[in-house]
Amino acid sequence: MRYADEFRDPDKARTLVAEIVRLAAPLAADRGRPLQIMEVCGGHTHTIFRYGLKAMLPQELIEFVHGPGCPVCVLPMGRVDNCVALARNPNVIFTTFGDAMRVPGSHGSLLQAKADGADVRMVYSPLDALQIARKNPGREVIFFALGFETTMPSTALTVLQARREGIGNFSLFCNHITIPATMKALLDSPDLMLDGFLGPGHVSMVIGNRPYDFIARVYHRPLVVSGFEPLDLLQSLWMVIKQIAEGRCEIENQYTRIVPEEGNAQALAAVGEVFELRDFFEWRGLGSIEHSGVKMRADFARFDAERKFSMPHLTVADPKACQCGDVLKGLIKPHQCRVFGTACTPETPLGALMVSSEGACAAYHQYGRLTRTAQPAAAASA
Amino acid sequence: MCLGIPGRVVEITDAVNKLGLVDVCGVRRQINLACVVDAEHSVAACVGDWVLVHVGFAMSRIDEHEAQLTLELLEQLGEAQGEINAMQPVT
Repeated sequence: MRYADEFRDPDKARTLVAEIVRLAAPLAADRGRPLQIMEVCGGHTHTIFRYGLKAMLPQELIEFVHGPGCPVCVLPMGRVDNCVALARNPNVIFTTFGDAMRVPGSHGSLLQAKADGADVRMVYSPLDALQIARKNPGREVIFFALGFETTMPSTALTVLQARREGIGNFSLFCNHITIPATMKALLDSPDLMLDGFLGPGHVSMVIGNRPYDFIARVYHRPLVVSGFEPLDLLQSLWMVIKQIAEGRCEIENQYTRIVPEEGNAQALAAVGEVFELRDFFEWRGLGSIEHSGVKMRADFARFDAERKFSMPHLTVADPKACQCGDVLKGLIKPHQCRVFGTACTPETPLGALMVSSEGACAAYHQYGRLTRTAQPAAAASA
Repeated sequence: MCLGIPGRVVEITDAVNKLGLVDVCGVRRQINLACVVDAEHSVAACVGDWVLVHVGFAMSRIDEHEAQLTLELLEQLGEAQGEINAMQPVT
């Protein structure tokens, strides 16, 4: 038997779907609309499409709203422009995760800067960037630090390592962002009607479940931290709907095999030592969100590219035709964007949601055609 | 970047800096173990552990069953090979 069989068991899936339908039917009837459940994490979006979970659930009862949980996708153009400017400095080796190479700025992407001769290098880990710094003591090596709480500990620990070794030519361009603050901004958005959340698995592995408490306490919405298997997601969805049906709103954890209640103490300690909250951070499509990003503490100024290099604060408007913000807020579905699949494709992305495989638009583009053929009404409803 | 990939700790290469060699589907590379080490679980005790690796850092100890599940999921999502290719160490 394959290991994964128990998580892809069609009988278990059918039982869960039947239970979800039974609980959701009266709730959707009361509201006169489907229950809107946001999966915050781009990895979940990927699973939902890959395994056709959307098509298994009646669209008049359940609507998945794809959340902002792809850190590459929410990078504003101004920050990408900063990267390109840094990379063009002839003394700089600019290092980045591969995902960020193709994100468009207003003057092209890092990939284009590389083609034009800038020394841009793709790395798997910030530790690889540190290794490049060790080997090139005459050059400045900058690592493009991005991602949610999942990748924050890795860059924090890399900086702590650089400090221990006294490496002076290594710095971070810090663009890390935090999930709870972003969810608060979404919940404050007046045009959003979410009924509950599927919480991110790997972010929660780091931060634990307590940072979400305000979602239940202040905003009265249920949240269930979910694993990435198709049955994980169905079970988590069932747990969310069950809470709504019973009039509860709590933070529950379906992914206990990975997510400890209190998170990862070592990771949180490293993050707390190196980073502190920014007052505001700019998001593509969502605008400026309070306390949604982190910057490096003053103690680490010599590892902070924003302090080491002159870096203008660029606020660049998203392309006019792009509707990434409306997609991120769940106001429209990716294929309802006016440039989806025409001016904006995975090969030539206009908006960031089309860039990464975890972006909602890229997922729709890859898997969505089938779903739309099978459910022609979907485009008209949402 | 966000999903991570399971691997098994083969040996400790630098106990002071908490670095160890981890085998991910036959590719071995040095991984930072700081986040899976604590008072009850020393660096040396990590040898043989299955861990979930995110961008060069072990972020969680998992059991073998969970490791196999996650690998199969990544293969089906088409994410496994890219992650393994990306893990090749810089020279």
